[in-house]
Amino acid sequence: MNDLSPVIEVDNLCKSFDGMEVLRSINFTVERGQIISIIGSSGSGKSTLLRCINWLEQPDRGTIRIVGNRIGIKDDGTPMSERELAKMRARMAMVFQGFNLWPHLNVLRNVTEAPVHVQGVAKDEAIAQAEVWLQRVGMLIKKDAYPYTLSGGQKQRVAIARALAMNPEVILFDEPTSALDPELVGEVQDVIGELAADNFTMVIVTHEMDFARSISNEVVFIDKGVVVEQAPPEKIFGNPETERLRQFVGKYR
Amino acid sequence: MKLYDWLTVWLNIDRVMLGFGVTILFFSVATVTAFTGGCVFVYLMDGKQNILKRSLRSALDVLRTLPFLIVLYLLYYGLPQIGIRMTSWTAGMIALSVYHASYYAEILRGARVALPQGQMESAKAHGFTPFQMYYRILLPQMVLRSGPLFGNLLVGCLKDTAFLSIITIYELTAAANALQAVYFIPMPAFIIVIFLYWIISLILERLLRLMGRYSKHRGLSYE
Repeated sequence: MNDLSPVIEVDNLCKSFDGMEVLRSINFTVERGQIISIIGSSGSGKSTLLRCINWLEQPDRGTIRIVGNRIGIKDDGTPMSERELAKMRARMAMVFQGFNLWPHLNVLRNVTEAPVHVQGVAKDEAIAQAEVWLQRVGMLIKKDAYPYTLSGGQKQRVAIARALAMNPEVILFDEPTSALDPELVGEVQDVIGELAADNFTMVIVTHEMDFARSISNEVVFIDKGVVVEQAPPEKIFGNPETERLRQFVGKYR
Repeated sequence: MKLYDWLTVWLNIDRVMLGFGVTILFFSVATVTAFTGGCVFVYLMDGKQNILKRSLRSALDVLRTLPFLIVLYLLYYGLPQIGIRMTSWTAGMIALSVYHASYYAEILRGARVALPQGQMESAKAHGFTPFQMYYRILLPQMVLRSGPLFGNLLVGCLKDTAFLSIITIYELTAAANALQAVYFIPMPAFIIVIFLYWIISLILERLLRLMGRYSKHRGLSYE
């Protein structure tokens, strides 16, 4: 691990779906301990950007480096095999809009499954770790429950514990509160807020402007597939430079 | 049907039980291999389609449209013509396993298609390799969701074991047939066999109900 390299380096990232350009030459970096929010209207490409970072979507062009190592393409220019990709992905974690917990496993097993079977952590050690993380997201009392018995907010907190258990370099959040009932949004945001206070490196795609403003040290505004502005939240929300961002921020007032 | 006929059955019960044992052996071994084969076939067909995957799929489709008896004949009487000879037991075991594997594959493939995309994505995002993802995340859900459909397959496989008598395997139906042929007591001979097949079906139903409860406990089935 090279501590000097940024956790994520995205360079000239392009992606189109069926001829529709979704991302057009995106550049940005995430340093260790940074919390970056990505905002923008629906269809602006923010989720696609996030999903390119761990290669759930394959970019058409550009490079993405995770702690200095290029993902997706090997040094000799050939595409990585799924096994090699899996190894890279195991250094990150992702929290999804739809939670995507594994329904056949109870809460504890959801959290230990990847550490045990992907990272080869000893089972009892993984369980001890998982309990710490579940405690942290306030879900330890539900460790034997199955996902379908949980509320949306509880599911998302378990998903966050599952992500943390990978000891990832960075956690990617893909609209973590968009699928939640309004009264459940707070509990999930609080958990993410606590992680932010502990300087976990995070990239958060969100529609919640107040959340983005309070939690991040940097906000990236994406519109029509390009990064329009990237600045600390005070500047993005207080003093937007471009007309597009002004309009966008104005809608959320 | 005289009482004496039943006594004859009783005096030959060892032959019947031998057949019963052979039936159970073929049924249970073939079920395990067919199920495993089905899981493997679906794994091989998973992911981006190419010519190999599509050919496998077509081959399984064709297999399912054949009557089991034809598959059995083909293996036992057909293959020797091109120099492949096997014992009746080997031929029977292979025919049962492969034929029913194609059915397991079809059911599991349906369950695979019905799985939410997000299950695959979260597994990938947490570093699972394709095989780990299939084995640990997707397959358990596919199996748990398919419980009731497996019931039909199990009974179908049990019934297909009766065809094995045609390639000289001494299983339950063959035993009953031998008994009635020697003593001419068709009714008692076949009634006892019906009873024994029925017992196996009852046990299967029990097992499936247990599995149903297991998946209900995980919110994977609703009945």
